Amino acid sequence: MAKRVDATNVTAYYGGFKAIENINLTVEPKTVTALIGPSGCGKSTFLRSINRMHEVLPGARVEGDLTIDGQNIYDRDVDVTAVRRMIGMVFQRPNPFPTMSIYENVVAGLRLNGVRKKSILDEAAENSLRAANLWNEVKDRLGKPGAGLSGGQQQRLCIARTIAVEPQVVLMDEPCSALDPISTLAIEDLMFQLKDKFTIIIVTHNMQQAARVSDRTAFFSIEETGDPGRLIEYDNTQKIFSNPSQKKTEDYITGRFG
Amino acid sequence: MSTTVAQHRTRPPAQPASLRAKRLPKYAPPAIAVGAVAVAAAVVYGTGIGGPVLVVAVAALLYLVGLFAAAHAVEGRRSARNRTWSALIHSAFVLAVLPLASVVWTLVSKGVERLDGNFFGTSMNNIGARDANGGAYHAIVGTLEQVGIAALITVPLGILCAIYIVEYGRGRFAFAIRFFVDVMTGIPSIVSGLFVLAFWVLVVSPVFNDGRPGFSGFAAALALSVLMLPTVVRSTEEMLRLVPAPLREGAYALGVPKWKTILRVVLPTALPGIVTGVMLAIARAAGETAPVLLVAGGGAAINFNPFENNQSSLSLFVYQQAGDASKYAPARAWTAALTLVALVLILTIAAKLLARRNRLGR
Repeated sequence: MAKRVDATNVTAYYGGFKAIENINLTVEPKTVTALIGPSGCGKSTFLRSINRMHEVLPGARVEGDLTIDGQNIYDRDVDVTAVRRMIGMVFQRPNPFPTMSIYENVVAGLRLNGVRKKSILDEAAENSLRAANLWNEVKDRLGKPGAGLSGGQQQRLCIARTIAVEPQVVLMDEPCSALDPISTLAIEDLMFQLKDKFTIIIVTHNMQQAARVSDRTAFFSIEETGDPGRLIEYDNTQKIFSNPSQKKTEDYITGRFG
Repeated sequence: MSTTVAQHRTRPPAQPASLRAKRLPKYAPPAIAVGAVAVAAAVVYGTGIGGPVLVVAVAALLYLVGLFAAAHAVEGRRSARNRTWSALIHSAFVLAVLPLASVVWTLVSKGVERLDGNFFGTSMNNIGARDANGGAYHAIVGTLEQVGIAALITVPLGILCAIYIVEYGRGRFAFAIRFFVDVMTGIPSIVSGLFVLAFWVLVVSPVFNDGRPGFSGFAAALALSVLMLPTVVRSTEEMLRLVPAPLREGAYALGVPKWKTILRVVLPTALPGIVTGVMLAIARAAGETAPVLLVAGGGAAINFNPFENNQSSLSLFVYQQAGDASKYAPARAWTAALTLVALVLILTIAAKLLARRNRLGR
């Protein structure tokens, strides 16, 4: 199920503002890749351009090629909803749908895409909640609103919701930044398990987290405020954190910059 | 951090020696109030310059001054200001509620006289100036039909229009629509009545009506629609804008198409607010007299058919009865007014309950 993501010369704009420039990067299937870098360096923008969420904002556009197992997702005849079903996304703040119960939240992606059969939905709900390590906590209150859970549980609910549609790639945009250390640990454990089935790309500000969870790390940076973000270095996580080949990466990781 | 340090350096805050401060005793504010009323009554009646209303006004002023002075003497300046502002805000609330309470009380006390089965079961057909009975059955039917048709027209149209403005509209066209909706909000009801009179009653409907102008309940519903539409659009628009963007993105990220996201995620989230806006619009439309008078013409007999012949409505009934020479008419007007308010209230409560039923219990 997991697929390879290939970015070639990806440049993204917000109206007239160029947010990232010429990003070239390949993500192997069934790995966790961390995107790190200072605020405003375009790592979230790059992440959002991988499942075409970038273009949701008015005036935003992407140039270059982004392929999933060889298919360019920016081709004219590509259905954007199919892309997003293939490439799921977990957001910075947990965003369960407030009018839906826990169960309805998990199966929302299936239901809103036309799956009606209760047996399929029930099975998907249980499997996804188990995969998100949430089943034991919520199995007795599946009919209760998703917004009534704690922040960490809500985020795991959003992860369950994302994997319920069985994507190939899961994008995570600082998924733990609104959570306490214990919930963060739960989600990091979850990432370890999920990478057996999915390709995971995570944006994080927490370098320890990047070092803990990822196989490969990409370091993004900007020259000055207003400049587009660029990919400075992309390598095995161990190499980046022990012996980076770029001076900038070393400065950032050792805390001398950013 | 650095800014607070800098501020402290330039102007160190006065550190009180103790956290305790003197407080006015609990009985002081009511005592000041009683004193203020007594002094005001003595002054007003002593000099013979006014009645109870002036006493209340002078007493309120004296109470504020007295409270400020007492608090200033015992508790200090900050506390005195706090008490005075609190008192001002509370009195603003009382001032705002007083007219409402007065209206409700007047309606109930005067409307109860004709609150009987006869009022709700008969029309004004063949009721002369000397007949004590007669009722508003025809007017209730008219109001329900006209407002119902107007709601059927405006609610879908208004919600779709708001969805366009919030979710799809970009650039000048959306801006123009928003602008004209704002302008429509200010249309006086008589103008909308005249518009429907000129356009529908005198020009369009004669085509289906052997050349005679077609006064009808439907024409009134059209005029009410013109009035309701901007309210529905604007309130729905505000509610849709309140739906957080991450919810939409969450749905998009699951591969849900935009239209389905709007239908199944955005609208349900905004539903309670939309219902409130729609009910406000309905309440406004139900209370309109002028357009109904112009294009439905009123009438004394029961007419169930909104597409033919004159119809009355509750507000028009109130207007006609209040101006009638019969000594029995004012009582009918009051009861009709009470009925209208009760009707709007019941509709609002019912709609809120319906909207809540869809939400999950916490």
